[in-house]
Amino acid sequence: MGTSFGRGGATTFQQDLQNADCILIEGSNMAECHPVGFQWVMEAKARGATVIHVDPRFTRTSALADVHVPLRAGSDIVFLGGIVNYVLQNEQYFREYVIAYTNAPVIISEDFADTEDLDGIFSGLDREHRFYDPHSWQYQGLEVQAASGERDQQYQDRAQAATVRQAARGEAHGSGGAEVGAGDPERDETLTHPRCVFQILKRHFARYTPEMVEQICGVPTGTFRRVCELLTENSGRERTSAFVYSVGWTQHTVGVQYIRTASILQALLGNIGRPGGGIMALRGHASIQGSTDIPTLFDLLPGYIPMPHAHENENLDSFVEAESTKKGYWANMRAYTVSLLKAWWGDAATAENDFCFDYLPRLTGSHSTYETVMAQLAGDCRGFFLFGENPAVGSANAKMQRLGMAKLDWLVVRDFSLIESATWWKDGPEIDTGEMRTEDVGTEVFFFPAAAHTEKNGSFTNTQRMLQWHHQAVEPRGDARSDLWFAYHLGRRIREKLAGSAEEMDRPVQDLTWDYPVRGPLDEPDAEAVLAEINGWDAESRPLSAYTELQDDGSTVCGCWIYCGVYADGVNQAARRKPGREQNWVAGEWGWAWPANRRIIYNRASADPDGRPWSERKALVWWDADKGKWAGHDVADFAADKRPDYRPPDTATGPDALSGIDPFIMQADGKAWLFAPAGLVDGPLPAHYEPQDSPFSNLLYGQQRNPVRQVLVFQHPDNRLQPSGGEPGSEIFPYVATTYRLTEQHTAGGMSRWLPYLSELQPEFFCEISPELASERGLEHLGWATIVTARNCVEARVLVTDRVPPLTVQGRQLHQIGLPYHWGGNGISTGDAANELPYMSLDPNVHIQEVKAFACDIRPGRRPRGPARVELVRDYQRRAGITEKTGMEI
Amino acid sequence: MTILGSASGPARRSYDPASESGYPAPPPRMGFFTDTSVCIGCKACEVACKEWNHVPEDGLALTGMSYDNSVGLSADTWRRVAFIEQRKPVADGQDQFRWLMASDVCKHCTHAACLDVCPTGALFRTEFGTVVVQEDVCNGCGYCVPACPYGVIDRRQDDGRAWKCTLCYDRLGDGMEPACAKACPTESIQFGPLDELRERAAARVTQLHASGVADARLYGEDPDDGVGGDGAFFLLLDEPEVYGLPPDPVVTTRDLSAMWRQVGAAAVTLAAGAAAAFAATLLGRRT
Amino acid sequence: MSHAKVTREGLQDARPGREAKPGTPTQRRRTGRRAEQPMVPPAEFASYYGKPVLNTPVWRSPDIPGYLFLGGLAGGSSLLAAGAQLTGRPALARASKTAALGAACLGLAGLLHDLGRPARFANMLRVFKVTSPMSVGSWILSGYVPAAGAAAACALIGRLPRTGAAATAAAAVLAPGLASYTAALITDTAVPAWHEGYREMPFVFTGSAAMASGGLGLLAAPLDESQPARNLAVFGVGIEAAAFERMTRRMGMAAEPYRSGRADAYIRAGQALSVLGVAGALLGRAGGRRGRVISALTGASLLAASAATRWGIFHAGLASAADPKYTVVPQRDRLRSRAAGSPPP
Repeated sequence: MGTSFGRGGATTFQQDLQNADCILIEGSNMAECHPVGFQWVMEAKARGATVIHVDPRFTRTSALADVHVPLRAGSDIVFLGGIVNYVLQNEQYFREYVIAYTNAPVIISEDFADTEDLDGIFSGLDREHRFYDPHSWQYQGLEVQAASGERDQQYQDRAQAATVRQAARGEAHGSGGAEVGAGDPERDETLTHPRCVFQILKRHFARYTPEMVEQICGVPTGTFRRVCELLTENSGRERTSAFVYSVGWTQHTVGVQYIRTASILQALLGNIGRPGGGIMALRGHASIQGSTDIPTLFDLLPGYIPMPHAHENENLDSFVEAESTKKGYWANMRAYTVSLLKAWWGDAATAENDFCFDYLPRLTGSHSTYETVMAQLAGDCRGFFLFGENPAVGSANAKMQRLGMAKLDWLVVRDFSLIESATWWKDGPEIDTGEMRTEDVGTEVFFFPAAAHTEKNGSFTNTQRMLQWHHQAVEPRGDARSDLWFAYHLGRRIREKLAGSAEEMDRPVQDLTWDYPVRGPLDEPDAEAVLAEINGWDAESRPLSAYTELQDDGSTVCGCWIYCGVYADGVNQAARRKPGREQNWVAGEWGWAWPANRRIIYNRASADPDGRPWSERKALVWWDADKGKWAGHDVADFAADKRPDYRPPDTATGPDALSGIDPFIMQADGKAWLFAPAGLVDGPLPAHYEPQDSPFSNLLYGQQRNPVRQVLVFQHPDNRLQPSGGEPGSEIFPYVATTYRLTEQHTAGGMSRWLPYLSELQPEFFCEISPELASERGLEHLGWATIVTARNCVEARVLVTDRVPPLTVQGRQLHQIGLPYHWGGNGISTGDAANELPYMSLDPNVHIQEVKAFACDIRPGRRPRGPARVELVRDYQRRAGITEKTGMEI
Repeated sequence: MTILGSASGPARRSYDPASESGYPAPPPRMGFFTDTSVCIGCKACEVACKEWNHVPEDGLALTGMSYDNSVGLSADTWRRVAFIEQRKPVADGQDQFRWLMASDVCKHCTHAACLDVCPTGALFRTEFGTVVVQEDVCNGCGYCVPACPYGVIDRRQDDGRAWKCTLCYDRLGDGMEPACAKACPTESIQFGPLDELRERAAARVTQLHASGVADARLYGEDPDDGVGGDGAFFLLLDEPEVYGLPPDPVVTTRDLSAMWRQVGAAAVTLAAGAAAAFAATLLGRRT
Repeated sequence: MSHAKVTREGLQDARPGREAKPGTPTQRRRTGRRAEQPMVPPAEFASYYGKPVLNTPVWRSPDIPGYLFLGGLAGGSSLLAAGAQLTGRPALARASKTAALGAACLGLAGLLHDLGRPARFANMLRVFKVTSPMSVGSWILSGYVPAAGAAAACALIGRLPRTGAAATAAAAVLAPGLASYTAALITDTAVPAWHEGYREMPFVFTGSAAMASGGLGLLAAPLDESQPARNLAVFGVGIEAAAFERMTRRMGMAAEPYRSGRADAYIRAGQALSVLGVAGALLGRAGGRRGRVISALTGASLLAASAATRWGIFHAGLASAADPKYTVVPQRDRLRSRAAGSPPP
């Protein structure tokens, strides 16, 4: 969504769902995974909205939906692409909106070749290094800022060049779109030019017909058309439809392209930025949004500023030049970056030393969590901190995670209980199979008990970009400490040890501002002081109110520019709790949302080019000509006093270069991108590719899989992939498994399988299968089944249910298997981990694993114990003819 | 003293159990309306109840009864969500799959059998019209257990006493709503004055029938039913027995006067029989 | 589409989420609840995964069925004791008084043992509730046990004859109640196999009590004093058999558990032993040693019969609570009859 609209986050908030005329929930099981937020879907239903749930399984969400569409896991691009095609062919798009607010009229370079021309790939594919050069995707006539321009040729020649691209840009557009180059693009407002985005789109999606949807997704054409009709009837000028998605869309090798398809569709239907419209991205747990905003990610700095790469000649200026845009608010990236550097290095950061830009760590490739595992296995990564993370259960190919940790020198685990990632060395599955022996494990494991959210002050940033403060109720018991305490005091001690050092490499740590006040019997750092630093202050130490106040001369300090305003006036805005009944329906005085407390972003698009709401029954913000400002229920996501008829002069830069009809203010051209000329590594348009391991061939193109997906290479017999489609051996794994959450348990189980009240609600690991699959494989309800892939095998209790119906895909019957992924060996409720089964093949933009659709086999009975467990997997590999090359082709 | 079982005619609509139990000016009768048509099966009610009341965990076995691993109401489960997967015929002759989800609870009957049969007076009627066990009085005789027509109250194993939903009596006293109602995200569990809830429920059933949900019906709302109406009643989307509820529950006390009459007659018969047994020996001697 | 509006003034026509229409509209299952009803109730019934609707009684064997038996034995014995006292049969009187006390105490021990919190047994006397047969019974016991104790003590020691006589009389006054209230105890529940028999169960119980105490008299008293016991026993068998037959016939489906499984085994045993007992009582009037042996066997048989019947009734109740059909089907039939306008069964 960052590439499409300018910010990588939900475009709306859950309470806005009540205003929708139609809600499509796909790639999400909202009632089970976001039950409290689901009440807003119920509000919509109470007002007559239609709710559609598209999901391989009939879930608790489906039970409350008006239409349930079962489909094959991993085929959503076809489904959504089919709707795009329907909209385009039947002219159901909101034409005025599309012309005014999207890049539909823009003409694309004549060097561009689409998947239509190249049987499933785009122009610019470097087959040897497996990456796309996006030059041919650019807007016609624009000079592409040499994003690679300043980089030294030497660096280009280095072997890691490819991996630099792999350390990709997708996440970097969390708040600021990609650059398109200087100048204004050529446009055709009639949308008829053969190389305008609109026509390219039409050609590209023309093969996504209802018949193809039926063949590939298993959705009957009648059902598919009904969904199309419901969506189009409920979109346009007078009505809006909302999309809700979660990790059912992101956890694929083409996950980002799923979201791109949805973004294209919602932009064509004119739903973005309007009440009851938008895309409600539901994040996977309570503060994941926060963990990308103030990131725990290797490739981002706070506020989605990209982490710099290790280029010899890169200084602050060239970095900003390469990363920022000419137009829009991302043009002020230098101010955001400098303010961040001042927050971190304070007085040591001056204009003379580039504000300590050189102190920032540099990337030499992708260092995602899965690469880290590879580095551990190779012996390059020696130490590991796990803060509230349980990869031995929660990450794909769990065995690799544990084997990786076994190669470490030291491991630090912080959690509430002794999770599996802390005890694998003595009771993990590899001890039982004999693949690991405790006495041979050289890793020194430290466990630090963690304080719970009730035992510390802090904030959550939830799925709708809203920060909510939580207050400490009790002191943590025993040795439990908060993460803030741990990080702060660890840093303090390291600084004490380095205090006398004259080494250049120690300066970045020595020069840090590390002076938060500490309080209480445990010397807990004052979390509000941290929040105040995140918000920032000016040269007179006054708290800032908006990121527009940030300067690039070092006079402002700001720990995260998108959070600037959360501590405006010295008041903790995130702690506000004005009850909803005392406010309007947007309730802007509860908590604080970024950016600038806007709850629906891109809300300029809720009004037409003249500033009037497209419909008086969907009025969110509008231009008040008398006051010369934007008025409405939400904070306008626009310059407050910019007139709708403002057109910038040619020399304008930054925010002033945005016109009065550029709602997508973080985009380089102010428009929603139907076609993404930059920003994503796997294509400017979504194309359907099969999952890494699939029982089916790609019916749409010759290209079977995402050609630039990230496949982690490590030569280990349990890091194998499977043959797919028509390849020999694919029939050994004829079923499709999908993993998911249950309401009663939480992620990798560290927070739920140790609690009796939750454990008794879902006490055992089970698989959900249809009666047809049960009789095909001889499985019994409440019996045991073993599920096998090329990586590992697990055992689960069997639940035979009608809720996982077989589908007819490409002329034959497909059975799907549901696997909740919460279980591991420790706690009150124990079982095998579903994540033993999937592989480490990732989306190349955001490095997310594909755990939502993978091929497998299932058989009755419990799995073997001891070495026989490994032997069973090897046997499958042999029968399927699997080698280290299987599945690795482009 | 509780009512000795009403006559066979309908109960008076204005019967207020709190007043009848001797409270001089009780507050309005409070209760639950559980509208199962908006339940999303999240089980927040189960967890909130256990947390607030420190009810112990009661079983870590997978039941295979869809997503219901709590099985039924008991001493250690006071709120429990039932799950029923069904195929139902739809208007155009096809089969539609549906998943019924319903949060069950103690009914706090107007005429409560458990209360009637409790020999120690541990079970009593509160001023809110609810039925609560005094845990410092209960000696675990277990009489309430088979008396309940809904199979709610039960005896806790290691503890020995009878336990059930208190309608969060301790929270009501402070003007708060019960924990389950507070936790429910979709207002499937609605708490309030019973009269208000009954009106709301009637309107809701009408609304559902009008929009084609013919199966919707109220359960336990009718003051003329066999227990005098429930303080916690429901909107169901199928027959009660599908959810594990009795179709036509009757408070056993309704037949109690007849029972005592029969007991009396039998006692007299026994005494007469004994007398006759001795008199017959005289007969034998005479002849 | 949504009929609410997001206007410049704010939300209009908003509705709370609890008014949401559920997902799938369904066809009416029947054309009308009051319309044509099937004449024959369907063989199938719905339940929740076959799980019971009611909670199974937590009362345990041998405590509770044992108490039912012993209570009846005690009650009947006190009546025999009083009669024996009045008609000058001291051996019978003494045996009956001892039996009454012994049975009462043993039964009481069983009751205490069955309590979840035995230390709180005295709470039974906090209140007196007519709606609770257990409350009534507790009060009966609290009068009866001292009376029976005094009666037996005086008889055994052979002192305080007037006290003993008064105690015997008092026990005899309470005795019929003791022997019959337990029927109300079990029928005043929701358990189908018990509740549906509430009209006849007291007669089954008192008949059984008569049978047991008569049997004890035959067993423990000398032949020349045991005639009343013999008469009472025969009387009891007759009453019990007739009442049981009528009860199970009237109960309809709820009588099924009496004829299957464990309950059936006990009931049949009880019936067989009763027949033996009656035979022995009527035919075995021989004198001397043979007569004594027959008398003793007859007595034992009758005691066993009474016990077997109590155990059978107990298990039938448990079985009827454990199977949902005994709750659902009769209630569903009742609803159907009511809907069709015919009187409830």
